[in-house]
Amino acid sequence: MNAASLYLRCAMASIHGQLQYPGTLLSIGIGNLMATATAFVGLWARFDRFGEIQGFVFSEIVLFYGFVQGAFAVASMTTRGFEVFGTEFLRRGDFDRVLLRPRSTVLQLFGHELRLSKAGRLVQGACAFGAAIALLPRSLTIVDTALLAFAFTGAVALFGGLLVIQATLSFWTIESLEALNALTYGGVEAAQYPLSVYQAALRRILFYAVPLAAVTYHPLLIVLRHPDPLGGPAWLGYVSPLLGWAFFVAAIGLWGVGVRRYTSTGS
Amino acid sequence: MALAVYGAPFQARLGRLLQYREAAFAGFITQCWWGGLKVMILAAFYGSALATQGTASLPLTLAQSITYVWLAQGLLAITPWGGDPDITAAVRDGSILHDRLRPVDTYAYWYARSAAWLLGRALPRLALMLLFAGVGLRAAGLGSWALRAPEGAAAFAAALVSLGLGLAVSTAITNVVNVFTIVTGTDRGASTVLGTFMILLSGNEIPLPLFPDWARTFLELQPFAALLDTPFRIYLGQLRGGAVLRAMALQVFWWSVLVLIGRRLLARAVARLEVNGG
Repeated sequence: MNAASLYLRCAMASIHGQLQYPGTLLSIGIGNLMATATAFVGLWARFDRFGEIQGFVFSEIVLFYGFVQGAFAVASMTTRGFEVFGTEFLRRGDFDRVLLRPRSTVLQLFGHELRLSKAGRLVQGACAFGAAIALLPRSLTIVDTALLAFAFTGAVALFGGLLVIQATLSFWTIESLEALNALTYGGVEAAQYPLSVYQAALRRILFYAVPLAAVTYHPLLIVLRHPDPLGGPAWLGYVSPLLGWAFFVAAIGLWGVGVRRYTSTGS
Repeated sequence: MALAVYGAPFQARLGRLLQYREAAFAGFITQCWWGGLKVMILAAFYGSALATQGTASLPLTLAQSITYVWLAQGLLAITPWGGDPDITAAVRDGSILHDRLRPVDTYAYWYARSAAWLLGRALPRLALMLLFAGVGLRAAGLGSWALRAPEGAAAFAAALVSLGLGLAVSTAITNVVNVFTIVTGTDRGASTVLGTFMILLSGNEIPLPLFPDWARTFLELQPFAALLDTPFRIYLGQLRGGAVLRAMALQVFWWSVLVLIGRRLLARAVARLEVNGG
Protein backbone atom coordinates (compact mmCIF):
# COMPACT_ATOMS: atom_id res chain seq x y z
CA MET A 1 0.00 0.00 0.00
CA ASN A 2 1.46 3.35 -0.93
CA ALA A 3 1.76 6.25 1.48
CA ALA A 4 -1.19 8.23 0.15
CA SER A 5 -3.70 5.42 0.37
CA LEU A 6 -2.39 4.37 3.76
CA TYR A 7 -2.85 7.93 5.01
CA LEU A 8 -6.33 8.01 3.52
CA ARG A 9 -7.23 4.83 5.34
CA CYS A 10 -5.94 6.17 8.66
CA ALA A 11 -7.89 9.38 8.12
CA MET A 12 -11.10 7.51 7.33
CA ALA A 13 -10.68 5.32 10.40
CA SER A 14 -10.15 8.42 12.54
CA ILE A 15 -13.22 10.18 11.12
CA HIS A 16 -15.29 7.04 11.58
CA GLY A 17 -14.18 6.85 15.21
CA GLN A 18 -15.05 10.46 15.95
CA LEU A 19 -18.48 10.08 14.36
CA GLN A 20 -19.33 7.46 16.99
CA TYR A 21 -19.85 10.34 19.43
CA PRO A 22 -21.75 12.86 17.32
CA GLY A 23 -23.00 14.88 20.31
CA THR A 24 -19.50 15.39 21.71
CA LEU A 25 -18.13 16.21 18.29
CA LEU A 26 -20.85 18.76 17.63
CA SER A 27 -20.57 20.50 21.00
CA ILE A 28 -16.76 20.72 20.87
CA GLY A 29 -17.00 21.91 17.25
CA ILE A 30 -19.48 24.64 18.15
CA GLY A 31 -17.33 25.65 21.13
CA ASN A 32 -14.34 25.89 18.79
CA LEU A 33 -16.36 27.99 16.36
CA MET A 34 -17.46 30.36 19.12
CA ALA A 35 -14.00 30.67 20.62
CA THR A 36 -12.42 31.54 17.29
CA ALA A 37 -15.25 33.93 16.41
CA THR A 38 -14.22 36.29 19.24
CA ALA A 39 -11.22 37.32 17.14
CA PHE A 40 -13.62 38.34 14.41
CA VAL A 41 -15.72 40.46 16.76
CA GLY A 42 -12.53 42.19 17.93
CA LEU A 43 -11.52 42.80 14.33
CA TRP A 44 -14.91 44.24 13.46
CA ALA A 45 -14.92 46.50 16.53
CA ARG A 46 -11.55 47.98 15.58
CA PHE A 47 -12.77 48.86 12.09
CA ASP A 48 -16.05 50.21 13.44
CA ARG A 49 -14.02 52.55 15.64
CA PHE A 50 -11.13 53.51 13.34
CA GLY A 51 -12.53 53.09 9.81
CA GLU A 52 -9.46 51.70 8.08
CA ILE A 53 -5.88 50.60 8.63
CA GLN A 54 -3.17 52.02 6.40
CA GLY A 55 -5.45 52.20 3.37
CA PHE A 56 -6.96 48.73 3.89
CA VAL A 57 -10.72 48.59 4.49
CA PHE A 58 -12.65 46.01 6.50
CA SER A 59 -13.64 43.75 3.59
CA GLU A 60 -10.00 43.49 2.50
CA ILE A 61 -8.86 42.58 6.00
CA VAL A 62 -11.64 39.98 6.19
CA LEU A 63 -9.97 38.28 3.21
CA PHE A 64 -6.71 38.06 5.18
CA TYR A 65 -8.64 36.88 8.22
CA GLY A 66 -10.61 34.11 6.48
CA PHE A 67 -7.57 32.92 4.56
CA VAL A 68 -5.27 32.59 7.54
CA GLN A 69 -7.94 31.12 9.83
CA GLY A 70 -8.78 28.51 7.19
CA ALA A 71 -5.14 27.57 6.65
CA PHE A 72 -4.45 27.27 10.37
CA ALA A 73 -7.61 25.18 10.83
CA VAL A 74 -6.54 22.69 8.13
CA ALA A 75 -3.04 22.49 9.59
CA SER A 76 -4.26 21.91 13.14
CA MET A 77 -6.81 19.31 11.99
CA THR A 78 -4.14 17.23 10.30
CA THR A 79 -1.25 17.56 12.78
CA ARG A 80 -2.93 16.27 15.94
CA GLY A 81 -0.34 13.49 16.18
CA PHE A 82 2.43 16.09 16.40
CA GLU A 83 0.46 18.29 18.77
CA VAL A 84 0.17 15.53 21.38
CA PHE A 85 3.58 14.07 20.55
CA GLY A 86 5.32 15.11 23.78
CA THR A 87 2.59 13.94 26.13
CA GLU A 88 1.18 10.89 24.33
CA PHE A 89 4.13 9.48 22.38
CA LEU A 90 7.37 10.51 24.08
CA ARG A 91 6.51 10.42 27.75
CA ARG A 92 4.49 7.22 27.54
CA GLY A 93 7.06 5.52 25.35
CA ASP A 94 4.56 4.96 22.53
CA PHE A 95 7.04 6.40 20.06
CA ASP A 96 9.00 3.13 20.32
CA ARG A 97 6.08 1.34 18.71
CA VAL A 98 5.91 3.95 15.95
CA LEU A 99 9.61 3.34 15.23
CA LEU A 100 9.07 -0.42 15.00
CA ARG A 101 6.52 -0.16 12.22
CA PRO A 102 7.95 -0.29 8.68
CA ARG A 103 6.58 3.11 7.72
CA SER A 104 7.92 6.65 8.08
CA THR A 105 7.29 8.28 11.45
CA VAL A 106 5.99 11.43 9.76
CA LEU A 107 3.31 9.48 7.88
CA GLN A 108 2.23 7.64 11.02
CA LEU A 109 1.94 10.81 13.07
CA PHE A 110 -0.03 12.58 10.36
CA GLY A 111 -2.28 9.54 10.26
CA HIS A 112 -2.72 9.51 14.04
CA GLU A 113 -5.89 11.59 13.96
CA LEU A 114 -7.79 13.86 11.62
CA ARG A 115 -9.47 16.06 14.15
CA LEU A 116 -12.92 17.08 12.99
CA SER A 117 -13.69 19.23 16.05
CA LYS A 118 -11.22 21.84 14.82
CA ALA A 119 -13.45 22.29 11.78
CA GLY A 120 -15.28 25.06 13.67
CA ARG A 121 -12.42 27.42 12.88
CA LEU A 122 -12.42 26.21 9.28
CA VAL A 123 -16.15 26.87 8.90
CA GLN A 124 -15.98 30.43 10.14
CA GLY A 125 -12.77 31.11 8.21
CA ALA A 126 -14.42 29.82 5.04
CA CYS A 127 -17.50 31.99 5.64
CA ALA A 128 -15.36 35.08 6.15
CA PHE A 129 -13.28 34.24 3.08
CA GLY A 130 -16.37 33.65 0.93
CA ALA A 131 -17.92 36.93 2.05
CA ALA A 132 -14.71 38.84 1.35
CA ILE A 133 -14.46 37.35 -2.15
CA ALA A 134 -18.10 38.27 -2.81
CA LEU A 135 -17.37 41.85 -1.71
CA LEU A 136 -14.47 42.24 -4.13
CA PRO A 137 -15.31 44.88 -6.75
CA ARG A 138 -14.63 42.34 -9.54
CA SER A 139 -14.75 38.61 -10.00
CA LEU A 140 -11.69 36.41 -9.63
CA THR A 141 -9.71 35.49 -12.71
CA ILE A 142 -8.41 31.97 -13.26
CA VAL A 143 -4.93 33.18 -12.32
CA ASP A 144 -6.29 34.65 -9.06
CA THR A 145 -8.00 31.38 -8.18
CA ALA A 146 -4.89 29.36 -8.92
CA LEU A 147 -2.76 31.78 -6.90
CA LEU A 148 -5.16 31.56 -3.94
CA ALA A 149 -5.05 27.76 -4.04
CA PHE A 150 -1.24 27.76 -4.30
CA ALA A 151 -0.84 30.28 -1.48
CA PHE A 152 -3.30 28.32 0.67
CA THR A 153 -1.21 25.16 0.37
CA GLY A 154 1.85 27.24 1.28
CA ALA A 155 0.08 28.63 4.36
CA VAL A 156 -1.07 25.17 5.47
CA ALA A 157 2.49 23.88 4.95
CA LEU A 158 3.90 26.74 7.03
CA PHE A 159 1.54 26.18 9.97
CA GLY A 160 2.05 22.42 9.64
CA GLY A 161 5.81 23.01 9.75
CA LEU A 162 5.49 25.11 12.89
CA LEU A 163 3.49 22.36 14.60
CA VAL A 164 6.05 19.75 13.52
CA ILE A 165 8.85 21.91 14.97
CA GLN A 166 6.90 22.27 18.20
CA ALA A 167 6.73 18.46 18.40
CA THR A 168 10.39 18.07 17.40
CA LEU A 169 11.57 20.27 20.24
CA SER A 170 10.04 17.85 22.72
CA PHE A 171 12.78 15.35 21.77
CA TRP A 172 14.99 17.67 23.80
CA THR A 173 12.55 18.98 26.41
CA ILE A 174 10.17 15.95 26.75
CA GLU A 175 7.43 18.46 27.45
CA SER A 176 5.62 20.28 24.69
CA LEU A 177 6.76 23.87 24.46
CA GLU A 178 3.78 26.12 24.98
CA ALA A 179 5.96 29.11 24.21
CA LEU A 180 5.77 28.22 20.51
CA ASN A 181 2.04 28.89 20.66
CA ALA A 182 3.09 32.51 20.35
CA LEU A 183 4.17 31.67 16.78
CA THR A 184 1.16 29.54 15.83
CA TYR A 185 -1.77 31.30 17.50
CA GLY A 186 0.14 34.57 17.59
CA GLY A 187 1.01 34.08 13.93
CA VAL A 188 -2.66 33.71 13.05
CA GLU A 189 -3.32 36.99 14.85
CA ALA A 190 -0.38 38.74 13.19
CA ALA A 191 -1.24 37.56 9.67
CA GLN A 192 -4.75 39.04 9.90
CA TYR A 193 -3.31 42.51 9.38
CA PRO A 194 -1.21 43.86 6.52
CA LEU A 195 2.50 43.41 7.06
CA SER A 196 3.03 47.17 6.80
CA VAL A 197 1.57 47.78 10.27
CA TYR A 198 4.53 46.08 11.95
CA GLN A 199 7.93 47.46 12.79
CA ALA A 200 10.81 46.63 10.42
CA ALA A 201 12.43 43.98 12.64
CA LEU A 202 9.16 42.09 13.06
CA ARG A 203 8.45 42.36 9.32
CA ARG A 204 11.74 40.66 8.55
CA ILE A 205 10.96 37.84 10.99
CA LEU A 206 7.52 37.39 9.43
CA PHE A 207 9.01 37.10 5.95
CA TYR A 208 12.36 35.34 6.30
CA ALA A 209 12.27 33.37 9.56
CA VAL A 210 8.60 32.39 9.87
CA PRO A 211 7.42 33.34 6.37
CA LEU A 212 3.81 34.14 7.23
CA ALA A 213 3.80 37.27 5.11
CA ALA A 214 5.12 35.27 2.15
CA VAL A 215 2.10 32.94 2.20
CA THR A 216 -0.62 35.46 3.09
CA TYR A 217 0.22 39.12 2.64
CA HIS A 218 2.05 39.12 -0.71
CA PRO A 219 -0.23 36.74 -2.67
CA LEU A 220 -3.38 38.35 -1.23
CA LEU A 221 -2.18 41.81 -2.30
CA ILE A 222 -2.21 40.52 -5.88
CA VAL A 223 -5.73 39.14 -5.52
CA LEU A 224 -6.89 42.43 -3.96
CA ARG A 225 -5.06 44.47 -6.67
CA HIS A 226 -3.75 46.48 -3.76
CA PRO A 227 -0.32 48.06 -4.27
CA ASP A 228 2.20 47.11 -1.59
CA PRO A 229 2.53 50.04 0.82
CA LEU A 230 6.07 48.80 1.45
CA GLY A 231 6.94 48.95 -2.25
CA GLY A 232 7.71 45.25 -2.79
CA PRO A 233 7.92 44.03 -6.41
CA ALA A 234 4.57 43.13 -8.01
CA TRP A 235 5.59 39.55 -8.89
CA LEU A 236 6.66 38.66 -5.35
CA GLY A 237 3.31 37.18 -4.33
CA TYR A 238 3.38 34.69 -7.19
CA VAL A 239 6.51 32.96 -5.93
CA SER A 240 6.68 33.77 -2.22
CA PRO A 241 4.24 30.98 -1.14
CA LEU A 242 7.06 28.58 -2.00
CA LEU A 243 8.71 29.78 1.22
CA GLY A 244 5.88 28.09 3.15
CA TRP A 245 6.78 24.79 1.54
CA ALA A 246 10.49 25.40 2.10
CA PHE A 247 9.69 25.97 5.77
CA PHE A 248 7.79 22.68 5.90
CA VAL A 249 10.65 20.77 4.27
CA ALA A 250 13.10 22.31 6.75
CA ALA A 251 10.78 21.33 9.63
CA ILE A 252 10.68 17.71 8.40
CA GLY A 253 14.49 17.78 8.15
CA LEU A 254 14.71 18.96 11.73
CA TRP A 255 12.29 16.22 12.71
CA GLY A 256 14.70 13.66 11.22
CA VAL A 257 17.50 15.05 13.37
CA GLY A 258 15.28 14.70 16.43
CA VAL A 259 14.35 11.11 15.59
CA ARG A 260 18.03 10.15 15.18
CA ARG A 261 18.95 11.48 18.61
CA TYR A 262 15.88 9.93 20.27
CA THR A 263 16.46 7.57 23.13
CA SER A 264 13.45 5.93 24.71
CA THR A 265 12.38 7.16 28.13
CA GLY A 266 12.18 3.49 29.11
CA SER A 267 9.58 1.51 31.04
CA MET B 1 -10.35 32.56 63.59
CA ALA B 2 -11.81 32.55 60.09
CA LEU B 3 -8.71 34.33 58.88
CA ALA B 4 -6.50 31.55 60.23
CA VAL B 5 -8.68 28.76 58.82
CA TYR B 6 -8.97 30.19 55.31
CA GLY B 7 -5.81 32.30 55.36
CA ALA B 8 -3.52 29.32 55.89
CA PRO B 9 -4.45 27.40 52.70
CA PHE B 10 -4.37 30.72 50.82
CA GLN B 11 -0.87 31.50 52.03
CA ALA B 12 0.44 27.99 51.52
CA ARG B 13 -0.75 27.83 47.95
CA LEU B 14 0.38 31.36 47.13
CA GLY B 15 3.85 30.56 48.42
CA ARG B 16 3.99 27.35 46.41
CA LEU B 17 2.84 29.00 43.17
CA LEU B 18 5.41 31.76 43.45
CA GLN B 19 8.07 29.05 43.10
CA TYR B 20 7.21 28.32 39.47
CA ARG B 21 9.61 30.86 38.02
CA GLU B 22 10.18 29.23 34.61
CA ALA B 23 6.44 28.93 33.96
CA ALA B 24 5.98 32.56 34.91
CA PHE B 25 8.81 33.59 32.63
CA ALA B 26 7.45 31.59 29.67
CA GLY B 27 4.02 33.14 30.20
CA PHE B 28 5.57 36.57 30.38
CA ILE B 29 7.44 36.12 27.08
CA THR B 30 4.25 34.98 25.34
CA GLN B 31 2.38 37.99 26.72
CA CYS B 32 5.12 40.36 25.55
CA TRP B 33 4.75 39.00 22.03
CA TRP B 34 0.95 39.32 22.08
CA GLY B 35 1.14 42.73 23.68
CA GLY B 36 3.67 43.87 21.08
CA LEU B 37 1.42 42.74 18.23
CA LYS B 38 -1.64 44.41 19.74
CA VAL B 39 0.21 47.65 20.39
CA MET B 40 1.60 47.85 16.84
CA ILE B 41 -1.83 47.12 15.34
CA LEU B 42 -3.48 49.77 17.52
CA ALA B 43 -0.79 52.29 16.64
CA ALA B 44 -1.45 51.66 12.93
CA PHE B 45 -5.20 52.16 13.46
CA TYR B 46 -4.60 55.41 15.35
CA GLY B 47 -2.25 56.56 12.60
CA SER B 48 -4.90 55.90 9.95
CA ALA B 49 -7.60 57.59 12.03
CA LEU B 50 -5.37 60.64 12.46
CA ALA B 51 -4.98 60.88 8.69
CA THR B 52 -8.70 60.52 7.91
CA GLN B 53 -11.09 61.51 10.72
CA GLY B 54 -8.75 62.88 13.39
CA THR B 55 -8.23 61.26 16.78
CA ALA B 56 -9.95 63.90 18.95
CA SER B 57 -13.25 62.01 19.04
CA LEU B 58 -11.70 58.67 20.06
CA PRO B 59 -12.54 57.54 23.60
CA LEU B 60 -8.92 56.71 24.47
CA THR B 61 -5.67 58.29 23.32
CA LEU B 62 -3.09 55.99 21.77
CA ALA B 63 -0.93 56.24 24.90
CA GLN B 64 -3.91 55.23 27.06
CA SER B 65 -4.76 52.31 24.77
CA ILE B 66 -1.15 51.10 24.89
CA THR B 67 -1.10 51.26 28.68
CA TYR B 68 -4.43 49.40 28.77
CA VAL B 69 -3.04 46.64 26.50
CA TRP B 70 0.15 46.12 28.55
CA LEU B 71 -1.82 46.01 31.81
CA ALA B 72 -4.27 43.49 30.30
CA GLN B 73 -1.38 41.30 29.14
CA GLY B 74 0.37 41.52 32.50
CA LEU B 75 -2.81 40.57 34.36
CA LEU B 76 -3.94 37.84 31.96
CA ALA B 77 -3.49 35.18 34.64
CA ILE B 78 -5.77 36.94 37.12
CA THR B 79 -8.82 36.46 34.88
CA PRO B 80 -10.94 33.29 35.11
CA TRP B 81 -10.29 30.83 32.26
CA GLY B 82 -11.97 27.80 33.80
CA GLY B 83 -11.98 25.83 37.00
CA ASP B 84 -9.15 25.67 39.52
CA PRO B 85 -7.11 22.64 38.26
CA ASP B 86 -6.49 21.29 41.79
CA ILE B 87 -10.18 21.38 42.62
CA THR B 88 -11.39 19.98 39.28
CA ALA B 89 -8.84 17.17 39.67
CA ALA B 90 -10.12 16.51 43.20
CA VAL B 91 -13.64 16.26 41.84
CA ARG B 92 -12.55 13.77 39.20
CA ASP B 93 -10.46 11.49 41.42
CA GLY B 94 -12.86 11.59 44.35
CA SER B 95 -10.62 13.40 46.84
CA ILE B 96 -13.34 16.04 47.01
CA LEU B 97 -14.53 13.79 49.86
CA HIS B 98 -11.61 15.00 51.97
CA ASP B 99 -12.69 18.59 51.38
CA ARG B 100 -16.21 17.70 52.47
CA LEU B 101 -14.93 16.02 55.63
CA ARG B 102 -13.01 19.08 56.80
CA PRO B 103 -14.85 21.05 59.48
CA VAL B 104 -14.79 24.18 57.31
CA ASP B 105 -17.16 25.81 54.87
CA THR B 106 -16.30 24.10 51.55
CA TYR B 107 -17.20 27.17 49.50
CA ALA B 108 -14.94 29.48 51.51
CA TYR B 109 -12.16 26.89 51.55
CA TRP B 110 -12.26 26.56 47.75
CA TYR B 111 -12.56 30.32 47.44
CA ALA B 112 -9.36 30.86 49.43
CA ARG B 113 -7.45 28.29 47.39
CA SER B 114 -8.70 29.56 44.02
CA ALA B 115 -7.87 33.15 44.97
CA ALA B 116 -4.32 32.08 45.84
CA TRP B 117 -4.07 30.22 42.54
CA LEU B 118 -5.12 33.25 40.48
CA LEU B 119 -2.98 35.69 42.45
CA GLY B 120 0.07 33.42 42.63
CA ARG B 121 0.17 33.01 38.86
CA ALA B 122 -0.54 36.66 38.14
CA LEU B 123 1.88 38.39 40.51
CA PRO B 124 5.24 37.34 39.00
CA ARG B 125 3.93 37.84 35.46
CA LEU B 126 2.66 41.29 36.34
CA ALA B 127 5.93 42.26 37.99
CA LEU B 128 7.89 41.20 34.89
CA MET B 129 5.47 43.02 32.61
CA LEU B 130 5.72 46.26 34.62
CA LEU B 131 9.50 46.01 34.42
CA PHE B 132 9.48 45.31 30.68
CA ALA B 133 6.73 47.62 29.44
CA GLY B 134 7.12 50.32 32.07
CA VAL B 135 10.88 50.54 32.53
CA GLY B 136 12.58 48.42 29.84
CA LEU B 137 10.87 49.92 26.80
CA ARG B 138 11.52 53.46 28.04
CA ALA B 139 15.17 52.66 28.71
CA ALA B 140 15.46 51.23 25.19
CA GLY B 141 14.28 54.55 23.76
CA LEU B 142 10.82 53.22 22.92
CA GLY B 143 9.00 55.52 25.33
CA SER B 144 6.01 55.98 23.01
CA TRP B 145 5.32 52.23 23.18
CA ALA B 146 5.72 52.07 26.94
CA LEU B 147 3.28 51.55 29.79
CA ARG B 148 2.43 54.94 31.32
CA ALA B 149 2.30 55.78 35.02
CA PRO B 150 -1.18 56.10 36.59
CA GLU B 151 -3.09 59.40 36.68
CA GLY B 152 -1.79 60.41 40.09
CA ALA B 153 -1.40 58.69 43.46
CA ALA B 154 -5.13 58.71 44.24
CA ALA B 155 -5.96 57.01 40.93
CA PHE B 156 -3.25 54.43 41.60
CA ALA B 157 -4.54 53.63 45.08
CA ALA B 158 -8.13 53.40 43.84
CA ALA B 159 -7.05 51.20 40.90
CA LEU B 160 -5.32 48.82 43.33
CA VAL B 161 -8.49 48.52 45.43
CA SER B 162 -10.54 48.00 42.28
CA LEU B 163 -8.09 45.36 41.06
CA GLY B 164 -8.52 43.58 44.39
CA LEU B 165 -12.28 43.60 43.78
CA GLY B 166 -11.58 42.30 40.27
CA LEU B 167 -9.66 39.39 41.79
CA ALA B 168 -12.60 38.75 44.11
CA VAL B 169 -15.01 38.63 41.15
CA SER B 170 -12.58 36.44 39.19
CA THR B 171 -12.35 33.99 42.09
CA ALA B 172 -16.13 33.90 42.43
CA ILE B 173 -16.44 33.02 38.71
CA THR B 174 -13.75 30.34 39.08
CA ASN B 175 -15.70 28.88 41.99
CA VAL B 176 -18.89 28.69 39.92
CA VAL B 177 -16.93 26.65 37.35
CA ASN B 178 -15.49 24.50 40.16
CA VAL B 179 -19.02 23.63 41.23
CA PHE B 180 -20.09 23.00 37.62
CA THR B 181 -17.35 20.39 37.49
CA ILE B 182 -19.12 18.39 40.21
CA VAL B 183 -22.23 18.22 38.04
CA THR B 184 -20.67 17.57 34.63
CA GLY B 185 -17.44 15.78 35.62
CA THR B 186 -15.26 18.12 33.54
CA ASP B 187 -14.71 21.85 33.36
CA ARG B 188 -14.02 21.70 29.63
CA GLY B 189 -17.41 22.80 28.33
CA ALA B 190 -17.79 25.56 30.90
CA SER B 191 -14.21 26.74 30.24
CA THR B 192 -14.75 27.05 26.49
CA VAL B 193 -17.88 29.16 26.89
CA LEU B 194 -16.41 31.20 29.73
CA GLY B 195 -13.12 31.85 27.94
CA THR B 196 -14.93 33.05 24.83
CA PHE B 197 -17.02 35.66 26.64
CA MET B 198 -14.32 36.58 29.10
CA ILE B 199 -11.64 37.38 26.53
CA LEU B 200 -13.99 39.67 24.63
CA LEU B 201 -15.88 41.31 27.50
CA SER B 202 -13.05 41.83 30.02
CA GLY B 203 -11.07 44.10 27.71
CA ASN B 204 -8.42 41.51 26.88
CA GLU B 205 -9.15 41.28 23.13
CA ILE B 206 -9.46 45.04 22.70
CA PRO B 207 -9.91 47.81 25.29
CA LEU B 208 -13.64 47.99 26.08
CA PRO B 209 -13.93 51.77 25.50
CA LEU B 210 -12.93 51.17 21.85
CA PHE B 211 -16.07 49.11 21.17
CA PRO B 212 -18.89 51.02 19.41
CA ASP B 213 -20.45 53.78 21.52
CA TRP B 214 -23.92 52.22 21.40
CA ALA B 215 -22.58 49.19 23.29
CA ARG B 216 -20.94 51.25 26.03
CA THR B 217 -23.63 51.08 28.71
CA PHE B 218 -23.97 47.34 28.33
CA LEU B 219 -20.20 46.81 28.35
CA GLU B 220 -19.72 48.87 31.51
CA LEU B 221 -22.52 47.10 33.38
CA GLN B 222 -21.74 43.47 32.51
CA PRO B 223 -19.79 41.44 35.09
CA PHE B 224 -16.62 40.79 33.04
CA ALA B 225 -15.84 44.53 33.00
CA ALA B 226 -15.30 44.23 36.75
CA LEU B 227 -12.22 42.04 36.14
CA LEU B 228 -9.86 44.33 34.22
CA ASP B 229 -11.69 47.20 32.55
CA THR B 230 -12.85 48.93 35.74
CA PRO B 231 -9.44 49.05 37.46
CA PHE B 232 -7.79 50.08 34.18
CA ARG B 233 -10.16 52.98 33.59
CA ILE B 234 -9.49 54.17 37.13
CA TYR B 235 -5.73 53.84 36.53
CA LEU B 236 -6.02 55.88 33.32
CA GLY B 237 -8.04 58.60 35.04
CA GLN B 238 -11.13 57.94 32.92
CA LEU B 239 -13.17 57.44 36.06
CA ARG B 240 -12.90 60.10 38.75
CA GLY B 241 -14.54 60.99 42.04
CA GLY B 242 -18.05 59.62 42.40
CA ALA B 243 -17.71 57.54 39.24
CA VAL B 244 -14.93 55.54 40.90
CA LEU B 245 -17.16 54.71 43.86
CA ARG B 246 -20.08 53.79 41.61
CA ALA B 247 -17.84 51.48 39.54
CA MET B 248 -16.55 49.82 42.71
CA ALA B 249 -20.09 49.39 44.00
CA LEU B 250 -20.92 47.60 40.76
CA GLN B 251 -17.91 45.31 41.28
CA VAL B 252 -19.13 44.50 44.79
CA PHE B 253 -22.63 43.88 43.39
CA TRP B 254 -21.37 41.35 40.83
CA TRP B 255 -19.15 39.74 43.43
CA SER B 256 -22.08 39.15 45.77
CA VAL B 257 -24.31 37.85 42.97
CA LEU B 258 -21.62 35.39 41.84
CA VAL B 259 -20.87 34.23 45.38
CA LEU B 260 -24.58 33.69 45.95
CA ILE B 261 -24.87 31.67 42.74
CA GLY B 262 -21.78 29.65 43.63
CA ARG B 263 -23.07 28.87 47.13
CA ARG B 264 -26.53 27.86 45.87
CA LEU B 265 -25.07 25.62 43.17
CA LEU B 266 -22.63 24.04 45.60
CA ALA B 267 -25.36 23.29 48.13
CA ARG B 268 -27.45 21.58 45.45
CA ALA B 269 -24.54 19.71 43.89
CA VAL B 270 -23.28 18.45 47.24
CA ALA B 271 -26.73 17.21 48.21
CA ARG B 272 -26.64 14.89 45.21
CA LEU B 273 -22.94 14.12 45.27
CA GLU B 274 -22.00 10.50 44.71
CA VAL B 275 -18.41 9.35 44.79
CA ASN B 276 -17.64 6.05 43.12
CA GLY B 277 -14.95 3.61 44.08
CA GLY B 278 -12.97 3.31 47.27
